[in-house]
Amino acid sequence: MTPSVIKLTITAEDRRVAWLATAAVGLSLVDAAIPSPLPGVKPGLANIVTLVVLARYGWGTAVWVSALRVLAGSLLLGYFLAPGFFLSLAGTTLSLLTLGLARHLPTRWFGPVSLSIFAAFAHIGGQLLLARLWLIPHDGVFLLTPVFAAAALVFGTINGLIAAKLLAESGPSETPHV
Amino acid sequence: MKHWLALVRPGDWLVMLASALLVGISVPTFWQGGLADRAIIRQEGKVFAEVDLRSKRQFEVSGPLGTTLIAIEPGRARVISDPGPRQYCVRQGWLMRPGEIAICAPNRVSVQITGRTKVYDSISY
Repeated sequence: MTPSVIKLTITAEDRRVAWLATAAVGLSLVDAAIPSPLPGVKPGLANIVTLVVLARYGWGTAVWVSALRVLAGSLLLGYFLAPGFFLSLAGTTLSLLTLGLARHLPTRWFGPVSLSIFAAFAHIGGQLLLARLWLIPHDGVFLLTPVFAAAALVFGTINGLIAAKLLAESGPSETPHV
Repeated sequence: MKHWLALVRPGDWLVMLASALLVGISVPTFWQGGLADRAIIRQEGKVFAEVDLRSKRQFEVSGPLGTTLIAIEPGRARVISDPGPRQYCVRQGWLMRPGEIAICAPNRVSVQITGRTKVYDSISY
């Protein structure tokens, strides 16, 4: 029997996505290790990677990196296909869609900080929506909205600043192919 | 500190401000009614007393089975004792959020907490 060899060619793009996703997964683990006063209130450090990737390599790569992060992060933390996984997925999806729209804002006026805040709000919005529709079909879920919104503002701003700093430090030498 | 501020573009300040406003608005929107400020005690469906939740007081409301004892304290109210067989309203404990209600059905007495704005729940509907 001749061994059939399936060779997958790995492009530079694949390697880049893999590396970036690894960084994002690492930050997700850090996130999970930080004690939080309320389930759902997390710094969301992995979003820094998403923001940098979005600015550098475009929206498509950001989607890949985020999707891999959600998948690998949930496997490592042991909540793959548990409710938390779907909450995470819903939040990430909505936040990516928001970023897809928000990145067309004039960059002279709106930097990573704006994008980060938008993404944070979209993230929490997606999670609350899914929680309301599926996990806890009661309006009581929304009682926590002010807390989540405040957290989104604070962490969104901080993450945005970090992303802006990273982007500024490595310089605009690499042309972002949007 | 200064070079961190340099990373914030003009529109970013606007977004931050707008989000802060949104957070501010979300508090009264989602935490409806705010703090508990009044209690309405009903007897046979008619208002027996409307009390400000400021001072410590007790009310004795008589119904078909006997007397229901209600305690009012700053910011909260509860049914202390009731002649009803199942004691649901007593076991509910302190009521502190607008919209909360303890109903002692057998004795036809209820205590409801209200805030500044009217809160609807499934019972109102």
